Amino acid sequence: MQRIGVFVCHCGTNIAGTVDVKAVAEALKTEPGVVFSTDYQYMCSQAGQDIIKKAIAEYNLTGIVVCSCSPRMHEATFRKTAAAAGLNPYMVEIANIREQCSWVHKEVPIGTEKAIILAKAAVAKVNLNAPLTPGESPVTKRALVIGGGIAGIQTALDIADAGFPVDIVETKPTIGGKMAQLDKTFPTLDCAACILTPKMVDVAQNDKIRVFSYSEVTEVGGFVGNFEVTIKRRARYVKEDICTGCGLCTEKCPQKKVPNEFNLGMDNRSAIYIPFAQAVPKVATIDPNHCMKLKTGKCGVCSKVCTAGAIDYEAKDEFVKEKYGAIVVATGFNPISMEKFDEFAYSQSKDVITSLELERLMNAAGPTGGTLLRPSDHEHPHTIVFVQCVGSRCEACAEKGKEYCSKICCMYTAKHAMLIRDKYPDTEVYVFYIDVRTPGKNFDEFYRRAVEEYGVHYIKGMVGKVSPEGNKLKVQGSDLIYGRQLHIDADLVVLAAAIEPDKSARPLATMLTASMDTNDFFTEAHPKLRPVESPTAGVFLSGTCQGPKDIPETVSQAGAAASKVIGLLCKDKLTGNPCVAHSDEMMCNGCSTCEKVCPYGAISYVDKEFRMPDRTTKVRRVAVVNEAVCQGCGACTVACMSGAMDLKGFMNKQIMAEVDAICK
Amino acid sequence: MQEIKREVLVNKASELLKNGTVDRVFGWKKGEFDYDITPALFTTAEDIENEFVWGDFCGANFSKYLIKETGKSENKVLVFLKPCDTYSFNQLLTEHRFDREKVYAVGVPCNGMLDTGKIKSSAEGISKVTDNGDKVVIETLFDGEITLDRNELLPDRCLNCKSKKHVAYDELLGEDGAVLDSNRFDEVEKLEKMTPDERFAFWQNELSRCIRCNACRDVCPACTCEKCVFDNPNSGVENKAATNEFEEKMFHIIRAFHVAGRCTDCGECSRVCPQHIPLHLLNRKFIKDIDSFYGEYQAGAEVGSRAPIVNYTTEDIEPGDAVRRNENA
Repeated sequence: MQRIGVFVCHCGTNIAGTVDVKAVAEALKTEPGVVFSTDYQYMCSQAGQDIIKKAIAEYNLTGIVVCSCSPRMHEATFRKTAAAAGLNPYMVEIANIREQCSWVHKEVPIGTEKAIILAKAAVAKVNLNAPLTPGESPVTKRALVIGGGIAGIQTALDIADAGFPVDIVETKPTIGGKMAQLDKTFPTLDCAACILTPKMVDVAQNDKIRVFSYSEVTEVGGFVGNFEVTIKRRARYVKEDICTGCGLCTEKCPQKKVPNEFNLGMDNRSAIYIPFAQAVPKVATIDPNHCMKLKTGKCGVCSKVCTAGAIDYEAKDEFVKEKYGAIVVATGFNPISMEKFDEFAYSQSKDVITSLELERLMNAAGPTGGTLLRPSDHEHPHTIVFVQCVGSRCEACAEKGKEYCSKICCMYTAKHAMLIRDKYPDTEVYVFYIDVRTPGKNFDEFYRRAVEEYGVHYIKGMVGKVSPEGNKLKVQGSDLIYGRQLHIDADLVVLAAAIEPDKSARPLATMLTASMDTNDFFTEAHPKLRPVESPTAGVFLSGTCQGPKDIPETVSQAGAAASKVIGLLCKDKLTGNPCVAHSDEMMCNGCSTCEKVCPYGAISYVDKEFRMPDRTTKVRRVAVVNEAVCQGCGACTVACMSGAMDLKGFMNKQIMAEVDAICK
Repeated sequence: MQEIKREVLVNKASELLKNGTVDRVFGWKKGEFDYDITPALFTTAEDIENEFVWGDFCGANFSKYLIKETGKSENKVLVFLKPCDTYSFNQLLTEHRFDREKVYAVGVPCNGMLDTGKIKSSAEGISKVTDNGDKVVIETLFDGEITLDRNELLPDRCLNCKSKKHVAYDELLGEDGAVLDSNRFDEVEKLEKMTPDERFAFWQNELSRCIRCNACRDVCPACTCEKCVFDNPNSGVENKAATNEFEEKMFHIIRAFHVAGRCTDCGECSRVCPQHIPLHLLNRKFIKDIDSFYGEYQAGAEVGSRAPIVNYTTEDIEPGDAVRRNENA
């Protein structure tokens, strides 16, 4: 029989406000196995932990139940407390009477009753607990960064700086991401290329960093410290190691009518292309959808002009398998499609553009060489209307927009407005906004400068309709402060499109078994205390894949993710989880179902001799679990119809005992 | 009436015994009544000549018998398999339940096997049953001869036969058939259309007749655990006879869950049920759901296939969507 101690935490008023903690401690005193029961204001504090340690010694406890917050929060804390007092840490059970009880109930009698039931269930489980000892697993000292934007670049550089090899996988032919497309950056107005491209060069020159550009992750196996990842290197039809990036092929290529995605389709590129002059790796890529040689077999100009002999029309997709200790997700964002926002006439007029398109139009390396010209007639626009929150904070229009704030639009619009007024003082700039949100160092000052020094017309209210008429865009909007309708004849309308996670994130999250929110942003392990870690061990988050962020925030988060990775890769061994599966070979019938559902390949089969009751010997095929590989997910235990497979620490009979205690 | 004559099977069995290919033969032999054919293991050509039976009551599926029998000897055992039996055969191989090398499988075509229950309820004092093409002639002690349509005496599994194709054999007697478009889910749909209360009442009525003889479990080719949870004192659900209404249902529902994705719909459970409970409908509901959620899947159609519920693809339906789809159905 166990000797169990029950410790009920008040959590200040978090629990004690809705649960009569004294009554819980009292009620548990008579449960089978319980020899001691008490309550305290903050069980996780030094004083609270001392109460537990003292009770373990004084009452000779063999198991403890802490009625407190979620085990995600403090299970590890109390396990350490138990270990310090000489008790096996796996003899500790947490009854979650905060998140699953006091926080969801309002009335004390109901909260108290439920807290008692949850505590009884935990006691019923501890009665069946057995001491467990964790094993160890090695750590592969290499990191994978998925996404080569500023987030991925910074994370990779920081990890490499600590001496660990890093691979970057980027779907585009070059790293750089969205930042490479930007013109200037707020709030200091330094040019994006000037601060980004040196980092890209650092990546290229760092011998610890490998860049798999034009590639994607197709399969992820394994677990923290021991991931096994398959990377698909899409055929670029140019040998990366031979191409010098001279660009002659892109000049001679006869197919020059391919919309240039780097300039968001506002000009054309050739079928063989280098996305931009500072691309890393600086090698050409053949677009198989437009290359005449690949489509019809006729052409081959690039191959003829290439002095290095880098062109390879026969190239095939290649698959690389590599082991990693940690994975950083940095898949970034895209502006949402404006197709559904008919009221702003985006599909009808070339002069209704998104803010990212405006970045390209103002960029010296963009389609207009940095002179702001209307896409339709290449004239200087004299009246420009910015529309904020297009698809952001869009509760009513959830089908086309997003409920969240995209966070960066207020600041970049202030930047655009300011830059335009600075360069073209004869241009009138109007900004329609719901709110202007400028928290951040020097952000509000920046916005006020746009209004006060640069004379940008900020109008609180939304644009109702944009209608193209002749070469003008008739903008109808409401001015909520003056309570009037405004009609503006604009030359250019710029939409601050909401941003959304890249479409590759969802399938990637599935491969990584990392959780996402309803908007497909990756979920962090704890919003405050573990913001750069995914709940899946060994998977870290960097940049906008986790939520909308500007560049300063992205870079700091990228560094934080890198430091977490470094902390992991520094370890030679990881302490495993002793809650692993175990097969009862007398019950196992060798059907292979568990092997099929095991995501870690931890189960194999052996033929084993069994002595039968009639003294004969029988050879049977039975399952064997590799405890070093098993991650304790429990998939096998539910798939096993014989009930042979069980999970240590979460045995079927323990769970049934909990259920019984709750239903009693 | 079966296409293949008894002599063909008897000759094949004798030949394989004599040439040493096999030393045991699974076949059917006469029971107490004509409709009461029992499975048997023959070891001599003489016994086969005298006792082997082949006809409209040879419904028993021998696949499961192979688990024990192949463990007894290094020599091969001959088994006759009807098309639906071959699915169970493959499913057991998928689960590594017997050694394929120790079996010589002979496929036999099947025209459907008559339902003993239907025969017994259509006449009293049955002394002899003879098949005659589309008709079945029943001789009775009191009412003379009764002639019935063969179709009326077929069980659900044969009326809605899913396949006349053998998916496994070493040798085939007669012609192989095709996988059929059956209406086997019609009954399930009827149940789905009921209100929850009606459905509960339906199953209450059916399952309350259960006497927990365990025949359904014992005959089921998917029920091959070393130790059944219902016989295991440590399982927490062990029981012999149902003590209340809840336990009546529990046994059958747990069993249906245990064989979900592995049940080939051979229908043996309903055939052997002495209380005539349509147990196969529970399994068919699972098969229908699996088909609609994950795409068509036939357990046992091939060896080594991965049932959708022990497989994962990124196209898999989200659990919430599955629930909603069911609610909207």
